Amino acid sequence: MDTLIAIAGLGIVVLLAEVINLRKFIVPITVAGLLAILAYSWNNFNGTESFYNNMIIVNKFSLAFSSLFIVLSIFLIAMGGDFYKEHPTKFSDYISIKLFMLSGAVAMVSFGNMAMFFLGIEVLSISLYILAGSDRLNVLSNESGMKYFLLGSFASGIILFGICLVYGATGYFDVPSIYGLSQGAGLPVWFPIGVTMIIIGMLFKIAAFPFHFWAPDVYEGAPSLVTATMSTLAKVVAVATLYKLASNLMVELDYKTQILIVVISILTMTVGNFMALKQHNVKRMLAFSGISHAGFMLMALLSIKTVAANLFYYTAAYALAGIAAFAVIIYVSRSGRDENISSFNGLGKKNPLMAAVLTASLLSMAGIPVFAGFFAKFMLFSQTIAAGYLVVVIFGVVNSIVSIGYYFKLILAMYTKEDNTTENNKVSLIYSIVAVLAIVLNIIIGVHPNLLTSLL
Amino acid sequence: MNVTTILLIFLLGAVLTYVSGNKLASKIALGFSIMAALASFYLLQLYLANQNISFNGVWLQSPKVFLSLQADGISLAMVLLTTCLMPVIVLSSFGNIYNNAKSFYSLVLFMAFAMTGTFLATDGLVYYVFWELALIPIYFIALIWGNGSIESRKKAILKFFIYTLAGSLFMLIAFAYLYTKTGSFLWNDLVKLNLTSTEQTWIFLAFFLAYAIKIPIIPFHTWQAKVYQKAPTVGTMLLSGIMLKMGLYSVIRWQLPLAPLAAKTYMPYVLALSIAGVIYGSIVALKQKDLKKLLAYSSLAHVGLIAAGCYTLTQDGLSGAIAQMIAHGFVIVGLFFAAEVIYRRYDSYKIKDLGGIRSQTPKFSSLFLLLVLASVALPGTYNFVGEFTVLFSLYQINIWYAVFGGTTIILGAYYMLKMFQNVMLGETNTKAFADVNWTETFVFVVIIAFLLLYGLYPKPITDLVTPSVKEILTIINR
Repeated sequence: MDTLIAIAGLGIVVLLAEVINLRKFIVPITVAGLLAILAYSWNNFNGTESFYNNMIIVNKFSLAFSSLFIVLSIFLIAMGGDFYKEHPTKFSDYISIKLFMLSGAVAMVSFGNMAMFFLGIEVLSISLYILAGSDRLNVLSNESGMKYFLLGSFASGIILFGICLVYGATGYFDVPSIYGLSQGAGLPVWFPIGVTMIIIGMLFKIAAFPFHFWAPDVYEGAPSLVTATMSTLAKVVAVATLYKLASNLMVELDYKTQILIVVISILTMTVGNFMALKQHNVKRMLAFSGISHAGFMLMALLSIKTVAANLFYYTAAYALAGIAAFAVIIYVSRSGRDENISSFNGLGKKNPLMAAVLTASLLSMAGIPVFAGFFAKFMLFSQTIAAGYLVVVIFGVVNSIVSIGYYFKLILAMYTKEDNTTENNKVSLIYSIVAVLAIVLNIIIGVHPNLLTSLL
Repeated sequence: MNVTTILLIFLLGAVLTYVSGNKLASKIALGFSIMAALASFYLLQLYLANQNISFNGVWLQSPKVFLSLQADGISLAMVLLTTCLMPVIVLSSFGNIYNNAKSFYSLVLFMAFAMTGTFLATDGLVYYVFWELALIPIYFIALIWGNGSIESRKKAILKFFIYTLAGSLFMLIAFAYLYTKTGSFLWNDLVKLNLTSTEQTWIFLAFFLAYAIKIPIIPFHTWQAKVYQKAPTVGTMLLSGIMLKMGLYSVIRWQLPLAPLAAKTYMPYVLALSIAGVIYGSIVALKQKDLKKLLAYSSLAHVGLIAAGCYTLTQDGLSGAIAQMIAHGFVIVGLFFAAEVIYRRYDSYKIKDLGGIRSQTPKFSSLFLLLVLASVALPGTYNFVGEFTVLFSLYQINIWYAVFGGTTIILGAYYMLKMFQNVMLGETNTKAFADVNWTETFVFVVIIAFLLLYGLYPKPITDLVTPSVKEILTIINR
């Protein structure tokens, strides 16, 4: 609870800092503040607690995921310092919107009441709509913001409708009470309909097939740092929330639902992967790769009772690799290039460090050992095998192989193609720092997965 | 002192080589590979004196994974093969100049680290991690420092990467499945499982996919020739000398003991495939116009026979296969080095550009001839010991396997000697051929000395390997 208030408070501090002319210190203050909040929430955690009549429930799950979100935000905001320096007057707005978004994210994993859940998702989404359209003189950014807003608010509407139906069926917004009622038989038919609608809305947010069509355009059009936010933080939040909802609204997924999840999961990873193979724009490619990762994460719903730790690990591995990759992509685009794969030609020679980081993060996403992505996939796979769904795992493996095709396209461009252009703008060091830190964290948890899995 | 020492030497070597800079890199790498070789001989002495040289540690609590590295006769033989070949391979590259040499040698040592780990790991997941880890350095070695235009090699190498990764991912599923059965990845626990024959079939097939691609057994060999041709010679040596032995070793260590029933059921098919590889490889080798590709296909033929030896599930088959792995490891490294020596002088691997070298350099010519003869398993070389034992084991199963497998000797002699004739003999080549220098001679002499020494006196290796082979056979026949 304190975490949530502190983050929102920090956002207001950032806005005030602008007023009293402390613009230079915004990024350091925010990063230090977030680190302090992180330390504070770990020190003050003593078991499951609920606040304001169950509006917020703090437990291990929410704490672990909130910490992950805070770490990701620290990386994203640290890069923001340089990224937004061309817009000095809007600087504090961008940073504070990111902080408000983080507060929405924290609310989404620690809600104890459907109203709080909806508040969280709206705070997160509205912040993202603004950020996606924040490069307002760029047509693509406008398109991105508009598309995201129209489709996203539609999905929010569906979620709200679902919440109403659940309320109509049970008489509660309170999640523990709904959970209690869902165990007994005799709920009216609109209870499952409501749950389904909520889940459909969430599938939209994580860009799962067949609700994924918004993702590529929105990712491509949005400013790179916002794309980084959407594909790491926002995706991880949505997946965690989906998991929390599914495990809290239904005691057990019935057979039909499980088959449905199997189908959606397989289609999501396959469609994402095969579309990614064709892309020339790195942001679009990573958008589709993100879709396929959403498919992997959906596998978690098949063994819903025991999978929380593995899902947490997967999301952390995926998000850290994503941050590292985007740090390099932003680095390249800041040195005066576009985001096509050809822009990465010769990076292996020009900047071996950044090329190595990008290679490592792509290998992590592809699931090659020592990088966290390997254990993430492995644990999810073995969990799913134990739940009896070997078919999904086999599709998952085939998809991992396909994904090599496009991840290596980028690696090949970096190491085998020659670069003919000579332009070389000075780029801030912060991107290299973030990239290296993120990939080092990724390797640390890759070598020692228990650091994370023991948290839950 | 235990087996982790070798791993640490290689890992530290990889780091220090990178730090030391481009000028010193090759020497530092050589120093560390010699250190690793010495360490492995010391460990061998400890092992023979019945001291404990294994290492056990906990890596992960859940899933339960142990950092368990154990050496028995077979794995120690393979580790020795790696550590003995590494100095030779590094030394063989001394005549070449590589851009960014520090990265190159660092990757080479890192690969040695991963391969040694693969041979030692007795925890399935740790083994898998090492197995995959070996793939990344060779990918970059072949990609960045390879021969020919980069466009032509990147396709071949990506294909190799995807093939091997695809195969091993199915192995990973098999391990995950076994883990759900036992709650452990330890070899000791896994071999005690009583799996039904259907389960064993699937496990066997999953492992087979991984190993058949790595070894390679036809029809999974299509990546091989191109990659051998395109990789720099050091990469080709690592691939053919050590890395494909990872696949063969894994058959003996993991596939057969974990799925013995299936191994017995599918023995005829697997043997037929392996022997088909022998014949196919030999015939295709006859037609090759590129020296490296010819050697690649000859390697395909030889490993086919080794694989056949493994799958016979007999004492002779397994120990013959291990002997042949070691012999083939040395001889193929020597042959590829001979190709490299020629390439350094003539800048070509095309057989039609060569010929008429013998009269200019009798020394090199005789060394090369000795290697060719070893490769066709002339009695007196260690290759003969291996090949003969394997053929004998095939004969025990069914005489026809031995007959078709035996064609390797006839066809092998034919294409190797024909190659030697086209490359070395004939009218004196118009291009001058500088005589081999002392590092090159030294590399050849080491390899040939090894093959002759153990060809005449194979007992030490046999004594080392036999008890462990017996142990594995009792597990297979449980």
